[in-house]
Amino acid sequence: MLKDITIGQFFPGDSFIHKMDPRMKIIATLLYIIMLFVASHPLSLIVGILLLVLLYQVSGIPLKMVTKSLKPVVPVILFTSVLNIFFVSGEALFKFFFITITKEGLTLAILMSLRILCLIAGSSLLTYTTSPIELTDAIERLLNPLKKFKVPVHELSMMMTIALRFIPTLIEETDKIINAQKARGADMESGGLMQRAKALVPILIPLFVSSFRRADELAMAMECRCYRGGDGRTRMKQLKYGHRDWIALAVMVLCIAAVLLLNHILG
Amino acid sequence: MAIIKTENLSHIYSEGTPFVKTAIDNINLEIEEGEMVGVIGHTGSGKSTLIQHFNGLLQPTSGKIYIDGEDMWADKAKLRDIRFKVGLVFQYPEYQLFEETCYKDIAFGPKNMGLSEEEVDKRVREAAAFVNLSEEQLMKSPFELSGGQKRRVAIAGVLAMKPKVLILDEPTAGLDPKGRDRILGQIKEYHQEEGNTVLIVSHSMEDVAKFAKKVLVMNRSKVFMYDTVDAVFARAKEIAEIGLAVPQITQIFAELKKRGYDVNPNVYTIEAAKAELIRLLEEGGDIRA
Repeated sequence: MLKDITIGQFFPGDSFIHKMDPRMKIIATLLYIIMLFVASHPLSLIVGILLLVLLYQVSGIPLKMVTKSLKPVVPVILFTSVLNIFFVSGEALFKFFFITITKEGLTLAILMSLRILCLIAGSSLLTYTTSPIELTDAIERLLNPLKKFKVPVHELSMMMTIALRFIPTLIEETDKIINAQKARGADMESGGLMQRAKALVPILIPLFVSSFRRADELAMAMECRCYRGGDGRTRMKQLKYGHRDWIALAVMVLCIAAVLLLNHILG
Repeated sequence: MAIIKTENLSHIYSEGTPFVKTAIDNINLEIEEGEMVGVIGHTGSGKSTLIQHFNGLLQPTSGKIYIDGEDMWADKAKLRDIRFKVGLVFQYPEYQLFEETCYKDIAFGPKNMGLSEEEVDKRVREAAAFVNLSEEQLMKSPFELSGGQKRRVAIAGVLAMKPKVLILDEPTAGLDPKGRDRILGQIKEYHQEEGNTVLIVSHSMEDVAKFAKKVLVMNRSKVFMYDTVDAVFARAKEIAEIGLAVPQITQIFAELKKRGYDVNPNVYTIEAAKAELIRLLEEGGDIRA
């Protein structure tokens, strides 16, 4: 049961997007988000939607994954839509007692909903097509300039990498401990809130103990191999921008220009 | 009557995904009450999956398991009782310890059974005596003990439930030879005193030869052999073919026999080998047949 949890949701593949430099993917994602917020008219958002459909087609990510990633934001969208529809003042379209629905409210509701949907689907594409390790690597490289301000960039990204690396291990470990305690008759399925909380103790304590043990072992192993932080460290996988990345950047810039143009035309 | 019986038992992990894997395939087994069985097989041969079915931690994809003649999955409410009947000690059981003192940790199982306080106390002390834990150690935190001691505390935690069937998944993994012999000796002693059924998963043929009456050999999700130690080791060639080996001492005696010495080839332990060699020498004269 616990094994079914996937974190990072990486979908291996070898599409154009999979092969892009992860740094450019992050930059492109940021540009995409900027584009969504620059678009001030529902019609100019169409560029964003079309681009998204195109990108998912290219990446080969199944459509099912997109709907799955959008599910959790549905309540947020409903909530903001209701607020926008009923509480934005402007030209009235519809009146019923004290409820007035305005043209501006409706437009804003549609705009915001589409924006949020595109935002989630767009940033999901990044995690679907980039392995967690690539992602942390790219973040480290992009944040590199911050080193001048004494931000421990390498250490932060190392922490992220280790955390990601150990999630599956810990899940497996938890599964094992749950089974071991169940074999001794631990009852985790029945009882009230207090009883259930108590039933977690035999699982959490061994889990904590083993996490500390693992951390200790890992630190020891790193020290044995003379790990001493990021200075002067070379990498097995060198990140390099290729023509693919410049094409992607050009596409993003053109799309933003198109949105600005549409904004201007539509007023 | 067989205490554990399986009928066409199969288990498939992650069915309907690209990661589908048949862990055990159509297993038909009958394990008699009061037997001591060694379970042997390569990593990934399905040993661990099989034994987790015996106390209901895994539900079969298809097939049935009978414990004491009762269909285990017929009534899910009774599943917990089955877990008290079939005690399972996992690999590296010391990682499941959590209480402040060893005493409390060993009492966890019996307490879950709903026993009276006197009974729990009695069982904890009995189990502790079996694994040679002193009164002083019982009151210590399990995290203060050495690796071998921790493991014995964890095993005692299952022994205290007095299961009719005791299953141990590699109880000696990661221990030194002394600790290994100690734990196996204690388990054997317990088996002889209580007369319960014991299954021990092991990688070591030497260990299996030392304590088990019967051997279950698993290979590629299936039961490869299930027979007495003599009968299984007599098929040394087939065992070698699946990449396992009979004990070294047995190999030596088979070779001696081949070279014309009048020895009994069914020798699996150093002790038996010593006795056999002394017999030969005492018979004196020319030991060549």
